[in-house]
Amino acid sequence: MTKPTEKLELFEVFVRSKRGLDHKHVGSLHAEDHEQALEYARDCYTRRSEGVSLWVVKSSDIVASQEDDADCFYDPNDDKPYRHATYYVLPEPVNNM
Amino acid sequence: MTPEEQNFMRKIEAEEKIEPKDWMPEAYRKNLIRQISQHAHSEVIGMQPEGNWITRAPSLRRKAVLLSKVQDEAGHGLYLYSAAETLGISRSEMIEQLQTGKAKYSSIFNYPTLTWADVAAIGWLVDGAAIVNQVSLQRTSYGPYSRGMIRICKEESFHQRQGYEAMLALAKGSPEQKAMAQDALNRFYWPALMMFGPHDSESAHSQKSMEWKIKRETNDDLRQKFIDQTVKQIEVLGLEHPDQNLKWNEERGHYDSSDLNWDEFWSVINGNGHCNRQRIEHHVAAHEEGEWVRDAIAAYNEKKRAKQAQNAA
Repeated sequence: MTKPTEKLELFEVFVRSKRGLDHKHVGSLHAEDHEQALEYARDCYTRRSEGVSLWVVKSSDIVASQEDDADCFYDPNDDKPYRHATYYVLPEPVNNM
Repeated sequence: MTPEEQNFMRKIEAEEKIEPKDWMPEAYRKNLIRQISQHAHSEVIGMQPEGNWITRAPSLRRKAVLLSKVQDEAGHGLYLYSAAETLGISRSEMIEQLQTGKAKYSSIFNYPTLTWADVAAIGWLVDGAAIVNQVSLQRTSYGPYSRGMIRICKEESFHQRQGYEAMLALAKGSPEQKAMAQDALNRFYWPALMMFGPHDSESAHSQKSMEWKIKRETNDDLRQKFIDQTVKQIEVLGLEHPDQNLKWNEERGHYDSSDLNWDEFWSVINGNGHCNRQRIEHHVAAHEEGEWVRDAIAAYNEKKRAKQAQNAA
């Protein structure tokens, strides 16, 4: 009856370390379902009060860009230095805006 | 106070953020929805006065910069709508409230952009005033709003700097260009000060908002900050300050200034600015003209689902 670990669903785990901060990816684990994943994540990733909130997401539900394609994927942004504040040279007395 | 209320107030007092799934008083939720959606609508409607000049920007460089800025505003609207949605209101409800006038947006966008210098003045003064407000809101008590503000502030500095740079080019240019810059400053300075809202004593939502730390500084304090920081900027441009009564007050450590034309403020808020009707009509038209795109997405998804169901069967 028991499935080998690799047959279990893979989940990605995100921890919010403090109220007000974003959840941050910390790792992954195998579990039967969401509830179990949440309990494992608690036992695995927050044993020392590392967080105040946990998210578990099925890895298969994550759609990711491909790093190999990064060059052309981000190409539209590479030639737009004027999107950065430092691109604009202002006189010293007002340069702190 | 119920235990839930006590716990909520404890978090507020301890400077802990409130997160979407936490218990919160209904009035806190409502107040936040009003403020965040109004903020989102301002970003979106704010694209119109500047968008108006994209095709007429004086150089390819200025055009690319303006296009990028307007694109940022759309992005900021999206961050804010998403933050408001975590409070249980849908995007379509918010759009409907905007289009029927139930929800407001910043009055500043009801002023027309008559010349290229107006675009420069908006970047410098309007985005400058928005930054003063948004820097303060980074410390707001609602987590998603706070995180949105932090992201927006990071991106916004370029908006003000590009505006000031464009203003500087005009102010140091020909007499006609300088006059155009002065005229834009004269017209946009006062409405920019009005962006901070009515006096604290007249502000309907201020007290509760401060208590709940939705707002961290009062309208008048933020306005004063903006007045103070703008003086030097006007001086460096070599333009005349629009406020004849501006005077450094040693005792207060701030500039004293003229009171604003509050009749104009309320009149524009109540729908009688130069462009109120035009802004909403344009938004409605753009929304309706985009209907076919939304329909196409829905039809495509439906087709994909049907295909998958067929393959599975």
